[in-house]
Amino acid sequence: MSTPVHATLVQLRVNDREHAIAVEPHRTLLEVLRYQLDLIGSKQGCDKGDCGACTVQIDGVPQLACLTLAVAVAGRQVTTVEGLGQRVGGCHPLQDAFDRHDAAQCGFCTPGILMSAEALLRRVGRPVEGAEVREALAGNLCRCTGYTKIIDAVIDASRVMHGGVAGA
Amino acid sequence: MLRLPRLDVATPTDLDTALALLATPGARLVAGGTDILPNLKHRLGEPPLLVSLAQITRLRDIIEEPQAGVLRIGAGVTLTQTSEHARVRALFPSLAVAAGQVASPLIRNMGTLGGNVNLDTRCRYVNQTDFWRSAIGGCLKSGGTVCHVVPGGRNCVAALSSDCVPVLMSLGASLVMRSPNGTREVPVADYFVADGLRNTVRNDDEITTEIRVPLPTMPRRTAYTKWSVRQSIDFPLLSVALRFDLEHDRVSAALTDVRVVVGVLGARPREVTRLEELRGRAFNDPEVIKAVAERVHAQCKPLENVPYEAPYRREMLPVHVRRAIAALVAAG
Repeated sequence: MSTPVHATLVQLRVNDREHAIAVEPHRTLLEVLRYQLDLIGSKQGCDKGDCGACTVQIDGVPQLACLTLAVAVAGRQVTTVEGLGQRVGGCHPLQDAFDRHDAAQCGFCTPGILMSAEALLRRVGRPVEGAEVREALAGNLCRCTGYTKIIDAVIDASRVMHGGVAGA
Repeated sequence: MLRLPRLDVATPTDLDTALALLATPGARLVAGGTDILPNLKHRLGEPPLLVSLAQITRLRDIIEEPQAGVLRIGAGVTLTQTSEHARVRALFPSLAVAAGQVASPLIRNMGTLGGNVNLDTRCRYVNQTDFWRSAIGGCLKSGGTVCHVVPGGRNCVAALSSDCVPVLMSLGASLVMRSPNGTREVPVADYFVADGLRNTVRNDDEITTEIRVPLPTMPRRTAYTKWSVRQSIDFPLLSVALRFDLEHDRVSAALTDVRVVVGVLGARPREVTRLEELRGRAFNDPEVIKAVAERVHAQCKPLENVPYEAPYRREMLPVHVRRAIAALVAAG
Protein backbone atom coordinates (compact mmCIF):
# COMPACT_ATOMS: atom_id res chain seq x y z
CA MET A 1 0.00 0.00 0.00
CA SER A 2 1.45 3.33 -0.94
CA THR A 3 0.01 6.66 0.09
CA PRO A 4 0.18 9.72 -2.14
CA VAL A 5 2.14 12.27 -0.18
CA HIS A 6 3.12 15.72 -1.30
CA ALA A 7 6.46 17.42 -0.97
CA THR A 8 6.68 20.13 1.63
CA LEU A 9 8.89 23.19 1.70
CA VAL A 10 11.65 22.73 4.23
CA GLN A 11 14.25 25.22 5.42
CA LEU A 12 17.57 23.40 5.58
CA ARG A 13 20.75 25.01 6.85
CA VAL A 14 23.65 23.12 5.30
CA ASN A 15 27.26 24.25 5.67
CA ASP A 16 26.11 27.71 6.78
CA ARG A 17 23.91 28.14 3.70
CA GLU A 18 20.13 28.39 3.84
CA HIS A 19 18.15 26.27 1.41
CA ALA A 20 14.39 26.43 0.93
CA ILE A 21 13.77 23.10 -0.69
CA ALA A 22 10.77 20.94 -1.64
CA VAL A 23 11.22 17.64 0.18
CA GLU A 24 9.07 14.53 0.01
CA PRO A 25 8.53 13.44 3.62
CA HIS A 26 9.91 9.92 3.12
CA ARG A 27 13.28 11.25 1.94
CA THR A 28 16.28 10.87 4.17
CA LEU A 29 18.68 13.72 4.77
CA LEU A 30 21.27 11.75 2.78
CA GLU A 31 19.00 11.56 -0.27
CA VAL A 32 18.27 15.28 -0.10
CA LEU A 33 21.96 16.17 0.28
CA ARG A 34 23.11 13.98 -2.57
CA TYR A 35 20.26 14.13 -5.07
CA GLN A 36 18.73 17.55 -4.47
CA LEU A 37 21.62 19.70 -3.22
CA ASP A 38 24.36 17.91 -5.18
CA LEU A 39 26.47 17.48 -2.04
CA ILE A 40 27.79 14.05 -2.94
CA GLY A 41 30.62 13.96 -0.39
CA SER A 42 28.42 12.07 2.09
CA LYS A 43 28.30 8.51 0.79
CA GLN A 44 25.44 6.07 0.48
CA GLY A 45 26.90 2.80 1.79
CA CYS A 46 24.74 0.27 3.60
CA ASP A 47 21.88 2.78 3.89
CA LYS A 48 20.77 1.23 7.20
CA GLY A 49 23.12 2.52 9.86
CA ASP A 50 25.84 -0.10 9.89
CA CYS A 51 28.69 1.53 7.96
CA GLY A 52 28.89 5.24 8.84
CA ALA A 53 29.74 6.37 5.28
CA CYS A 54 26.87 8.90 5.39
CA THR A 55 28.00 10.56 8.64
CA VAL A 56 27.23 14.28 8.84
CA GLN A 57 27.05 16.60 11.81
CA ILE A 58 23.71 17.92 13.01
CA ASP A 59 24.19 20.82 15.43
CA GLY A 60 27.82 19.66 15.68
CA VAL A 61 26.99 16.06 16.67
CA PRO A 62 27.95 13.30 14.21
CA GLN A 63 24.87 11.38 13.06
CA LEU A 64 23.79 9.09 10.23
CA ALA A 65 22.18 10.97 7.34
CA CYS A 66 20.75 7.71 5.94
CA LEU A 67 18.61 7.28 9.08
CA THR A 68 17.60 10.91 9.44
CA LEU A 69 14.31 12.13 7.99
CA ALA A 70 15.08 15.33 6.06
CA VAL A 71 11.91 17.09 7.27
CA ALA A 72 12.92 16.45 10.88
CA VAL A 73 16.12 18.53 10.64
CA ALA A 74 14.42 21.74 9.52
CA GLY A 75 16.05 24.67 11.28
CA ARG A 76 19.02 22.71 12.52
CA GLN A 77 22.63 23.16 11.48
CA VAL A 78 23.82 20.42 9.12
CA THR A 79 27.52 20.15 8.30
CA THR A 80 28.80 17.80 5.61
CA VAL A 81 32.36 17.01 4.59
CA GLU A 82 32.06 19.81 2.01
CA GLY A 83 31.70 22.26 4.89
CA LEU A 84 34.64 20.95 6.88
CA GLY A 85 37.35 23.10 5.33
CA GLN A 86 34.99 26.08 5.18
CA ARG A 87 35.35 26.62 8.93
CA VAL A 88 39.10 27.11 8.66
CA GLY A 89 39.13 28.77 5.22
CA GLY A 90 40.77 26.02 3.20
CA CYS A 91 41.79 22.51 4.06
CA HIS A 92 40.95 21.26 7.56
CA PRO A 93 44.03 19.97 9.46
CA LEU A 94 42.36 16.54 9.47
CA GLN A 95 42.16 16.49 5.68
CA ASP A 96 45.80 17.59 5.54
CA ALA A 97 46.82 14.79 7.90
CA PHE A 98 44.81 12.17 5.98
CA ASP A 99 46.75 13.25 2.89
CA ARG A 100 50.16 13.04 4.60
CA HIS A 101 49.41 9.66 6.17
CA ASP A 102 47.75 8.11 3.09
CA ALA A 103 44.79 7.49 5.35
CA ALA A 104 42.37 7.36 2.41
CA GLN A 105 42.64 4.43 0.04
CA CYS A 106 39.42 3.88 -1.90
CA GLY A 107 38.11 6.94 -0.06
CA PHE A 108 34.51 5.84 0.35
CA CYS A 109 34.53 5.87 4.15
CA THR A 110 36.70 9.00 4.40
CA PRO A 111 34.02 11.73 4.46
CA GLY A 112 32.15 9.98 7.28
CA ILE A 113 35.33 9.34 9.22
CA LEU A 114 36.38 12.98 8.89
CA MET A 115 33.03 14.11 10.33
CA SER A 116 33.26 11.71 13.29
CA ALA A 117 36.91 12.65 13.89
CA GLU A 118 36.28 16.41 13.73
CA ALA A 119 33.57 16.11 16.36
CA LEU A 120 35.97 14.18 18.60
CA LEU A 121 38.75 16.76 18.27
CA ARG A 122 36.36 19.62 18.95
CA ARG A 123 34.83 17.87 21.98
CA VAL A 124 38.13 16.85 23.53
CA GLY A 125 39.99 20.09 22.78
CA ARG A 126 43.49 18.66 23.23
CA PRO A 127 45.76 16.16 21.43
CA VAL A 128 43.95 12.80 21.42
CA GLU A 129 45.04 9.24 22.28
CA GLY A 130 44.63 6.21 20.02
CA ALA A 131 41.99 4.63 22.25
CA GLU A 132 39.81 7.75 22.09
CA VAL A 133 40.06 7.79 18.30
CA ARG A 134 39.19 4.10 18.03
CA GLU A 135 36.13 4.61 20.21
CA ALA A 136 34.98 7.72 18.33
CA LEU A 137 35.33 5.97 14.97
CA ALA A 138 33.71 2.71 16.11
CA GLY A 139 30.68 3.41 13.91
CA ASN A 140 32.66 4.09 10.72
CA LEU A 141 33.71 1.02 8.78
CA CYS A 142 36.79 1.07 6.54
CA ARG A 143 37.45 -2.02 4.43
CA CYS A 144 40.82 -0.89 2.96
CA THR A 145 43.19 0.54 5.52
CA GLY A 146 42.90 -1.63 8.59
CA TYR A 147 42.43 1.72 10.38
CA THR A 148 46.09 2.17 11.40
CA LYS A 149 46.81 5.09 9.08
CA ILE A 150 43.44 6.68 9.85
CA ILE A 151 44.11 6.62 13.59
CA ASP A 152 47.65 7.94 13.06
CA ALA A 153 46.29 10.77 10.92
CA VAL A 154 43.66 11.81 13.48
CA ILE A 155 46.23 11.82 16.29
CA ASP A 156 48.64 13.80 14.12
CA ALA A 157 45.97 16.33 13.17
CA SER A 158 45.07 16.86 16.82
CA ARG A 159 48.72 17.59 17.63
CA VAL A 160 49.05 20.02 14.73
CA MET A 161 45.90 21.82 15.89
CA HIS A 162 47.49 22.30 19.30
CA GLY A 163 50.81 23.68 18.16
CA GLY A 164 52.64 20.44 17.34
CA VAL A 165 54.68 19.72 14.21
CA ALA A 166 53.08 17.61 11.46
CA GLY A 167 54.27 14.00 11.43
CA ALA A 168 54.42 11.23 8.78
CA MET B 1 20.33 1.74 -1.90
CA LEU B 2 17.39 1.20 0.42
CA ARG B 3 14.44 3.54 0.04
CA LEU B 4 11.81 4.30 2.62
CA PRO B 5 8.25 3.56 1.57
CA ARG B 6 6.23 6.64 0.67
CA LEU B 7 4.79 8.00 3.87
CA ASP B 8 3.98 11.24 5.59
CA VAL B 9 5.95 12.64 8.51
CA ALA B 10 4.64 14.94 11.22
CA THR B 11 7.02 16.84 13.50
CA PRO B 12 4.92 18.08 16.43
CA THR B 13 6.59 20.23 19.08
CA ASP B 14 4.37 19.17 22.00
CA LEU B 15 3.13 15.90 23.37
CA ASP B 16 -0.61 16.59 23.06
CA THR B 17 -0.29 17.23 19.33
CA ALA B 18 1.80 14.08 18.98
CA LEU B 19 -0.89 12.07 20.80
CA ALA B 20 -3.59 13.51 18.54
CA LEU B 21 -1.58 12.64 15.41
CA LEU B 22 -0.95 9.14 16.73
CA ALA B 23 -4.70 8.52 16.48
CA THR B 24 -4.28 8.34 12.68
CA PRO B 25 -4.92 4.69 11.76
CA GLY B 26 -1.63 2.85 11.23
CA ALA B 27 0.53 5.78 12.42
CA ARG B 28 3.85 4.87 14.04
CA LEU B 29 6.20 6.78 16.32
CA VAL B 30 9.77 7.65 15.42
CA ALA B 31 12.26 9.08 17.90
CA GLY B 32 15.93 8.62 16.92
CA GLY B 33 14.89 6.55 13.90
CA THR B 34 17.74 4.06 14.16
CA ASP B 35 15.43 1.06 14.67
CA ILE B 36 12.26 1.86 12.77
CA LEU B 37 13.84 3.42 9.67
CA PRO B 38 16.03 0.43 8.74
CA ASN B 39 12.99 -1.79 9.37
CA LEU B 40 10.81 0.32 7.09
CA LYS B 41 13.57 0.33 4.47
CA HIS B 42 13.30 -3.46 4.69
CA ARG B 43 9.53 -3.10 4.26
CA LEU B 44 8.71 -4.47 7.70
CA GLY B 45 5.59 -2.34 7.71
CA GLU B 46 4.42 0.57 5.58
CA PRO B 47 2.75 3.08 7.92
CA PRO B 48 0.94 6.00 6.25
CA LEU B 49 2.30 8.41 8.86
CA LEU B 50 5.34 8.69 11.09
CA VAL B 51 4.94 10.92 14.13
CA SER B 52 8.41 12.24 14.94
CA LEU B 53 9.19 12.98 18.59
CA ALA B 54 12.44 14.73 17.62
CA GLN B 55 11.17 18.25 18.29
CA ILE B 56 9.48 17.61 21.63
CA THR B 57 12.11 19.10 23.93
CA ARG B 58 10.14 18.21 27.09
CA LEU B 59 11.14 14.56 26.64
CA ARG B 60 14.86 15.35 27.01
CA ASP B 61 15.27 16.10 30.72
CA ILE B 62 17.00 14.07 33.40
CA ILE B 63 15.64 15.00 36.83
CA GLU B 64 16.69 13.58 40.18
CA GLU B 65 13.97 13.60 42.83
CA PRO B 66 15.46 12.56 46.17
CA GLN B 67 12.12 12.93 48.01
CA ALA B 68 10.35 10.60 45.60
CA GLY B 69 13.47 8.40 45.56
CA VAL B 70 13.65 8.31 41.79
CA LEU B 71 15.73 9.45 38.82
CA ARG B 72 13.44 10.51 35.97
CA ILE B 73 14.98 10.11 32.52
CA GLY B 74 13.04 11.60 29.62
CA ALA B 75 12.27 9.09 26.88
CA GLY B 76 13.90 11.42 24.34
CA VAL B 77 17.27 11.50 26.12
CA THR B 78 19.80 10.00 23.72
CA LEU B 79 21.80 6.91 24.57
CA THR B 80 24.99 8.99 24.46
CA GLN B 81 23.52 11.44 26.98
CA THR B 82 22.36 8.55 29.17
CA SER B 83 25.79 6.92 29.17
CA GLU B 84 27.64 10.20 29.87
CA HIS B 85 25.30 11.77 32.41
CA ALA B 86 27.11 12.26 35.73
CA ARG B 87 24.17 11.18 37.94
CA VAL B 88 23.35 8.14 35.81
CA ARG B 89 26.99 7.05 36.02
CA ALA B 90 27.14 7.60 39.76
CA LEU B 91 23.78 6.05 40.66
CA PHE B 92 23.31 3.40 37.99
CA PRO B 93 26.68 2.41 36.50
CA SER B 94 25.25 -0.68 34.78
CA LEU B 95 22.72 1.50 32.94
CA ALA B 96 25.47 3.90 31.81
CA VAL B 97 27.50 0.92 30.58
CA ALA B 98 24.55 -0.64 28.73
CA ALA B 99 23.55 2.63 27.05
CA GLY B 100 27.20 3.19 26.11
CA GLN B 101 27.43 -0.23 24.45
CA VAL B 102 24.46 0.11 22.12
CA ALA B 103 25.52 -0.22 18.48
CA SER B 104 27.96 2.60 17.60
CA PRO B 105 28.67 6.16 18.76
CA LEU B 106 26.73 7.50 15.76
CA ILE B 107 23.64 5.46 16.58
CA ARG B 108 23.91 6.38 20.27
CA ASN B 109 23.97 10.07 19.24
CA MET B 110 20.59 9.53 17.57
CA GLY B 111 18.85 6.68 19.39
CA THR B 112 16.92 7.48 22.56
CA LEU B 113 16.41 5.59 25.80
CA GLY B 114 12.65 5.49 25.11
CA GLY B 115 13.38 4.05 21.69
CA ASN B 116 15.76 1.45 23.10
CA VAL B 117 13.05 0.31 25.52
CA ASN B 118 10.56 0.07 22.65
CA LEU B 119 13.00 -1.57 20.23
CA ASP B 120 11.23 -3.97 17.90
CA THR B 121 12.11 -7.64 18.38
CA ARG B 122 14.69 -9.04 16.00
CA CYS B 123 15.28 -12.35 14.27
CA ARG B 124 17.74 -13.58 11.67
CA TYR B 125 14.76 -14.47 9.43
CA VAL B 126 13.05 -11.08 9.83
CA ASN B 127 15.67 -8.33 9.74
CA GLN B 128 16.54 -8.86 6.10
CA THR B 129 15.59 -7.16 2.86
CA ASP B 130 12.18 -7.80 1.34
CA PHE B 131 13.93 -9.72 -1.45
CA TRP B 132 15.81 -11.97 1.01
CA ARG B 133 12.65 -12.76 2.97
CA SER B 134 10.66 -13.51 -0.18
CA ALA B 135 13.09 -16.37 -0.92
CA ILE B 136 11.91 -18.23 2.19
CA GLY B 137 8.29 -17.15 1.96
CA GLY B 138 8.43 -14.88 5.00
CA CYS B 139 7.64 -15.99 8.53
CA LEU B 140 5.15 -15.37 11.34
CA LYS B 141 6.52 -11.83 11.78
CA SER B 142 6.97 -11.01 8.10
CA GLY B 143 3.96 -11.94 6.01
CA GLY B 144 4.37 -15.72 6.19
CA THR B 145 2.72 -18.52 8.12
CA VAL B 146 5.64 -20.54 9.52
CA CYS B 147 8.45 -20.06 12.00
CA HIS B 148 11.94 -20.95 10.74
CA VAL B 149 13.45 -20.86 14.23
CA VAL B 150 11.03 -23.29 15.87
CA PRO B 151 9.67 -25.47 13.04
CA GLY B 152 5.96 -25.97 13.62
CA GLY B 153 5.96 -23.23 16.22
CA ARG B 154 2.87 -21.03 16.41
CA ASN B 155 4.40 -18.21 18.46
CA CYS B 156 6.93 -15.75 17.13
CA VAL B 157 10.20 -16.04 19.07
CA ALA B 158 11.96 -12.97 17.71
CA ALA B 159 14.30 -11.65 20.41
CA LEU B 160 14.32 -8.40 22.31
CA SER B 161 17.86 -7.16 21.66
CA SER B 162 17.76 -3.99 23.73
CA ASP B 163 20.87 -3.45 25.83
CA CYS B 164 19.10 -1.22 28.35
CA VAL B 165 15.96 -3.25 29.07
CA PRO B 166 17.60 -6.08 31.08
CA VAL B 167 19.43 -3.46 33.15
CA LEU B 168 16.29 -1.39 33.74
CA MET B 169 14.50 -4.57 34.85
CA SER B 170 17.31 -5.44 37.26
CA LEU B 171 17.10 -1.91 38.71
CA GLY B 172 13.33 -2.14 39.25
CA ALA B 173 12.64 0.74 36.83
CA SER B 174 9.24 1.70 35.47
CA LEU B 175 7.91 3.47 32.39
CA VAL B 176 5.55 6.41 32.26
CA MET B 177 3.04 6.02 29.42
CA ARG B 178 0.93 8.95 28.21
CA SER B 179 -2.24 8.58 26.16
CA PRO B 180 -5.15 10.95 25.42
CA ASN B 181 -6.88 9.31 28.40
CA GLY B 182 -4.16 10.07 30.91
CA THR B 183 -0.96 8.70 32.32
CA ARG B 184 -0.03 5.30 33.73
CA GLU B 185 3.18 3.91 35.18
CA VAL B 186 4.19 0.37 34.21
CA PRO B 187 7.06 -1.54 35.82
CA VAL B 188 9.57 -2.58 33.12
CA ALA B 189 9.21 -6.13 34.46
CA ASP B 190 5.48 -6.06 33.50
CA TYR B 191 5.91 -4.17 30.23
CA PHE B 192 7.12 -7.06 28.12
CA VAL B 193 5.24 -10.16 26.99
CA ALA B 194 6.57 -13.32 25.35
CA ASP B 195 5.24 -12.59 21.86
CA GLY B 196 7.71 -11.58 19.17
CA LEU B 197 4.94 -10.00 17.08
CA ARG B 198 4.08 -7.52 19.77
CA ASN B 199 6.21 -7.79 22.85
CA THR B 200 4.93 -4.94 25.01
CA VAL B 201 1.67 -3.98 26.70
CA ARG B 202 1.89 -0.51 25.10
CA ASN B 203 -1.46 0.51 23.58
CA ASP B 204 -1.47 2.02 20.10
CA ASP B 205 -2.41 5.43 21.48
CA GLU B 206 0.37 5.56 24.08
CA ILE B 207 3.75 7.28 24.11
CA THR B 208 6.52 6.39 26.53
CA THR B 209 7.45 9.72 28.07
CA GLU B 210 9.75 8.84 30.92
CA ILE B 211 11.86 6.08 32.44
CA ARG B 212 11.85 6.15 36.25
CA VAL B 213 14.68 4.41 38.05
CA PRO B 214 14.41 4.08 41.85
CA LEU B 215 17.41 5.55 43.69
CA PRO B 216 19.51 2.94 45.51
CA THR B 217 18.59 2.62 49.18
CA MET B 218 21.53 0.43 50.16
CA PRO B 219 25.05 -0.36 48.93
CA ARG B 220 25.18 -2.50 45.82
CA ARG B 221 27.24 -3.66 42.88
CA THR B 222 25.78 -3.78 39.40
CA ALA B 223 27.08 -4.90 36.02
CA TYR B 224 25.98 -5.31 32.44
CA THR B 225 27.72 -7.80 30.21
CA LYS B 226 27.18 -8.02 26.48
CA TRP B 227 28.54 -10.58 24.07
CA SER B 228 28.44 -9.62 20.39
CA VAL B 229 30.20 -10.68 17.20
CA ARG B 230 32.10 -7.38 16.97
CA GLN B 231 32.65 -4.95 19.81
CA SER B 232 30.88 -2.20 17.90
CA ILE B 233 27.69 -1.87 15.83
CA ASP B 234 26.37 -5.38 16.52
CA PHE B 235 23.35 -6.32 18.56
CA PRO B 236 24.05 -8.59 21.52
CA LEU B 237 24.23 -12.36 21.06
CA LEU B 238 23.63 -12.50 24.79
CA SER B 239 23.22 -9.90 27.45
CA VAL B 240 23.07 -10.15 31.22
CA ALA B 241 22.26 -7.49 33.82
CA LEU B 242 23.40 -8.24 37.36
CA ARG B 243 22.61 -6.55 40.65
CA PHE B 244 23.90 -7.48 44.09
CA ASP B 245 22.51 -5.60 47.10
CA LEU B 246 24.87 -5.58 50.07
CA GLU B 247 24.51 -5.11 53.81
CA HIS B 248 27.61 -2.88 53.82
CA ASP B 249 29.61 -1.12 51.13
CA ARG B 250 32.31 -3.77 50.69
CA VAL B 251 32.53 -6.97 48.67
CA SER B 252 32.93 -9.13 51.78
CA ALA B 253 29.52 -7.96 53.00
CA ALA B 254 26.47 -10.21 53.07
CA LEU B 255 24.08 -10.20 50.13
CA THR B 256 20.60 -8.89 50.89
CA ASP B 257 19.24 -9.38 47.38
CA VAL B 258 20.42 -10.68 44.01
CA ARG B 259 18.81 -9.92 40.66
CA VAL B 260 19.93 -11.31 37.33
CA VAL B 261 18.13 -10.57 34.05
CA VAL B 262 19.11 -12.23 30.79
CA GLY B 263 18.30 -10.73 27.39
CA VAL B 264 18.18 -11.92 23.74
CA LEU B 265 16.54 -15.25 24.59
CA GLY B 266 13.08 -14.36 23.29
CA ALA B 267 10.68 -11.45 23.11
CA ARG B 268 10.85 -10.86 26.84
CA PRO B 269 13.95 -10.68 29.08
CA ARG B 270 14.18 -13.52 31.61
CA GLU B 271 14.56 -12.79 35.29
CA VAL B 272 16.59 -15.65 36.78
CA THR B 273 14.84 -17.23 39.77
CA ARG B 274 15.94 -19.03 42.96
CA LEU B 275 18.58 -16.39 43.67
CA GLU B 276 17.06 -15.49 47.06
CA GLU B 277 18.84 -18.58 48.39
CA LEU B 278 22.07 -16.58 48.14
CA ARG B 279 20.93 -13.95 50.63
CA GLY B 280 23.18 -13.82 53.67
CA ARG B 281 26.23 -15.17 51.86
CA ALA B 282 29.28 -12.92 51.46
CA PHE B 283 29.34 -11.38 47.97
CA ASN B 284 32.96 -12.45 47.45
CA ASP B 285 32.26 -16.06 48.44
CA PRO B 286 33.31 -18.09 45.34
CA GLU B 287 30.13 -20.17 45.81
CA VAL B 288 28.11 -17.11 44.75
CA ILE B 289 29.72 -17.04 41.30
CA LYS B 290 29.15 -20.77 40.94
CA ALA B 291 25.54 -20.67 42.09
CA VAL B 292 24.55 -17.72 39.86
CA ALA B 293 26.26 -19.22 36.80
CA GLU B 294 24.53 -22.59 37.39
CA ARG B 295 21.09 -21.07 37.72
CA VAL B 296 21.57 -18.93 34.61
CA HIS B 297 22.69 -21.95 32.62
CA ALA B 298 19.82 -24.11 33.86
CA GLN B 299 17.09 -21.54 33.29
CA CYS B 300 18.14 -19.85 30.03
CA LYS B 301 17.85 -21.62 26.71
CA PRO B 302 18.82 -19.49 23.69
CA LEU B 303 17.12 -20.14 20.34
CA GLU B 304 18.42 -19.90 16.78
CA ASN B 305 16.84 -16.47 16.40
CA VAL B 306 20.05 -14.41 16.29
CA PRO B 307 23.51 -15.24 14.84
CA TYR B 308 25.61 -18.08 16.27
CA GLU B 309 24.37 -21.53 17.24
CA ALA B 310 22.05 -21.75 20.22
CA PRO B 311 24.04 -24.48 22.08
CA TYR B 312 27.20 -22.35 21.82
CA ARG B 313 25.38 -19.31 23.12
CA ARG B 314 23.98 -21.33 26.00
CA GLU B 315 27.42 -22.57 27.04
CA MET B 316 28.80 -19.02 26.84
CA LEU B 317 26.13 -17.64 29.18
CA PRO B 318 27.68 -18.88 32.44
CA VAL B 319 31.13 -17.89 31.12
CA HIS B 320 30.07 -14.26 30.78
CA VAL B 321 28.23 -14.35 34.10
CA ARG B 322 31.32 -15.69 35.92
CA ARG B 323 33.57 -13.09 34.30
CA ALA B 324 31.20 -10.24 35.17
CA ILE B 325 30.87 -11.22 38.83
CA ALA B 326 34.61 -11.84 39.18
CA ALA B 327 35.28 -8.37 37.77
CA LEU B 328 32.85 -6.80 40.26
CA VAL B 329 34.47 -8.60 43.18
CA ALA B 330 37.97 -7.70 41.97
CA ALA B 331 36.97 -4.03 41.64
CA GLY B 332 36.19 -4.00 45.36
